[in-house]
Amino acid sequence: MAAHEMDHDTQSPHEDLSFSSATQAKITELLTRYPRKQGALIPTLFLAQDEFGWLKPGTMELVAHTLELPVTTVLATAMFYTMLYKTPHGRFHIQICTNVSCFLLGADDLVAAAREVLGIAPGETSADGLFTLEQVQCLCACERAPTLQINKKDYFNVTPTKMREILADMQKEGARLGPSVGWPGHAHVGQSHGGHSHA
Amino acid sequence: MPEQRILLRRHLGVDFTKLDNYLKHGGFQMWKRVMELGPDGVIAEVKTSGLRGRGGAGFPTGVKWGFLPKDGRTRYLVVNADEGEPGTFKDRYFLEEDPFRQLEGILYSAYAIGAHVCYIYIRGEYWNSKAVTDDAIQQLYKAGWLGKNIQGSGFDLDVYVHSGAGAYICGEETALIESIEGKPGMPRLKPPFPANFGVFGMPTIVNNTETLAAVPVILEMGPEQWSALGSPRNGGTKLMGVSGHVKKPGLFEVPMGTPMREIIYELGGGVLDDKEILAVIPGGSSCPFLTKDEIDVPMDFDALKGVGSMLGTACITVIAEGTDLIKVMCRVAKFYQHESCGQCTPCRQGTGWIHAICQKLDSGAAGPEAIDLLIDACNQIDGNTICAHGEAAAWPIRSICKKFRPQLEAAIRARTAA
Ligand SMILES: Cc1cc2nc3c(=O)[nH]c(=O)nc-3n(C[C@H](O)[C@H](O)[C@H](O)COP(=O)(O)O)c2cc1C
Ligand code: SF4
Ligand code: FES
Repeated sequence: MAAHEMDHDTQSPHEDLSFSSATQAKITELLTRYPRKQGALIPTLFLAQDEFGWLKPGTMELVAHTLELPVTTVLATAMFYTMLYKTPHGRFHIQICTNVSCFLLGADDLVAAAREVLGIAPGETSADGLFTLEQVQCLCACERAPTLQINKKDYFNVTPTKMREILADMQKEGARLGPSVGWPGHAHVGQSHGGHSHA
Repeated sequence: MPEQRILLRRHLGVDFTKLDNYLKHGGFQMWKRVMELGPDGVIAEVKTSGLRGRGGAGFPTGVKWGFLPKDGRTRYLVVNADEGEPGTFKDRYFLEEDPFRQLEGILYSAYAIGAHVCYIYIRGEYWNSKAVTDDAIQQLYKAGWLGKNIQGSGFDLDVYVHSGAGAYICGEETALIESIEGKPGMPRLKPPFPANFGVFGMPTIVNNTETLAAVPVILEMGPEQWSALGSPRNGGTKLMGVSGHVKKPGLFEVPMGTPMREIIYELGGGVLDDKEILAVIPGGSSCPFLTKDEIDVPMDFDALKGVGSMLGTACITVIAEGTDLIKVMCRVAKFYQHESCGQCTPCRQGTGWIHAICQKLDSGAAGPEAIDLLIDACNQIDGNTICAHGEAAAWPIRSICKKFRPQLEAAIRARTAA
């Protein structure tokens, strides 16, 4: 998403949002680590993402305000990095490595299995906000290929059967937990951005 | 060829994420010696060892340290733990399983170069690495091995983990510096080099995780003895791996200069289903591919350069006969297109063309003449970009086009005939 597209989004002025006191304390500590406030920007964006689910414009404004940086500076950095989410993601972010070593050992079969179970293609999020499926670049555990990462956890030597088991467990877990924090219509995080969901 | 395990200590079955265990196995014993040697003495030892950077380029570490200007400005040590080169899985070992080895190296190196702050830039996807390394850092602060007045020496050092956020290009040292500063990871024009103008504009040394992990070992063994383990001008041992179509993929430690064949067939158990090798990538997908006739090459910086490739990260990918090289090219090309930072036209546009041509070949929409088109696109990137990402994108594709033309042509015919 290009920076200018953000303008079309529902405006949520930063006054609506604030960090929890625990996050605020972490940001204060982060600021001691760098001689310039901008050094703390990427770590702070990660904290914001943990708290609000993804980086909607209001969240970027809050980060800019907190670090006393121009909003454009925050946007430019956030836009560059794929792990900083500019759209809502599912509760479970399934990232399958399809780079060379994993490809050689059958990664495409894992993608096919995931597509079939979840009914979504790579790059899409299920309409219920439970799953985002993605093909990712080498996770650098090629000696245990094929690999995948779900949220912050790695899975190694995955077979299509194992893939189906993992996803079945997550479907159960997802039914209990509901969509991710920040999913449109969820809790306090406002609407907008049904954008990239797909049934 | 047996392994020579000095850095890689999995076989001991010890939990090296606990400081107590690390200390029991000889950890931090060189601190006294480092104090006696003084900063210049430590740099001299590293120079004598001939240690060459383990991040891929193989630049002599002691020489790099010597480039720091003596002008009294604040100096930084930055660790490149952004491991992202496709095919590679070596720094992960230190970060997750033996985090104090790298941290001990950081302490001695920071002391040697006069840095009081060190940032360890860890790849964003390495959640476990970040957690383990962070925990190790906290253990060191508690035990007085980091912070103010370390072990009563008067030397202060703070170490922080800085997470990447999913951009391969941030492994390039100046992009990494930009990223620590909170900016998009766009490589800088060099000169000025980081040693003079690095993070926050200050003199900075950027070293790979494995490079720094080797420093305590060099001091323990003595630089000459350590150096003698490897081949001439390529001192020491090195973590090397093998993945892809092999029976026993894994990470090993061997002397520099060990023949590639031994790593593939002895340590890696040979090719799956006892097939023939089609192609080998020596050390990550930015290295030009080799044919099966080239695998007697010794695994060191100079020998691989001699056969027109690179040692890179020394993590080998084996591709067996019967594999469709057009599909392999597509994966490689897609990666470098996706990870281009976009600031140089030849790289931004060229990686896009290369990927598009590869896809056309894959779908049967292009004939054999596209091979020459690919070579031409690669030639136009080569040497015309700000950073080496351009070459990383061009060289492997060009090597496939030149060395594997008959296989490519057969794969094209199979598609266009169908
Ligand atoms: C596109 C690109 C990606 C790189 N990725 C890494 C990396 O992930 N890890 C690394 O240590 N060096 C990487 N490098 C090399 C660094 O720029 C730099 O040479 C290295 O960190 C220096 O450390 P060393 O001298 O200890 O090897 C990369 C270089 C380029 C051009
Ligand atoms: S060569 Fe590619 S990655 Fe490197 S600076 Fe230029 S556009 Fe960016
Ligand atoms: S290619 Fe998948 S982990 Fe490296």
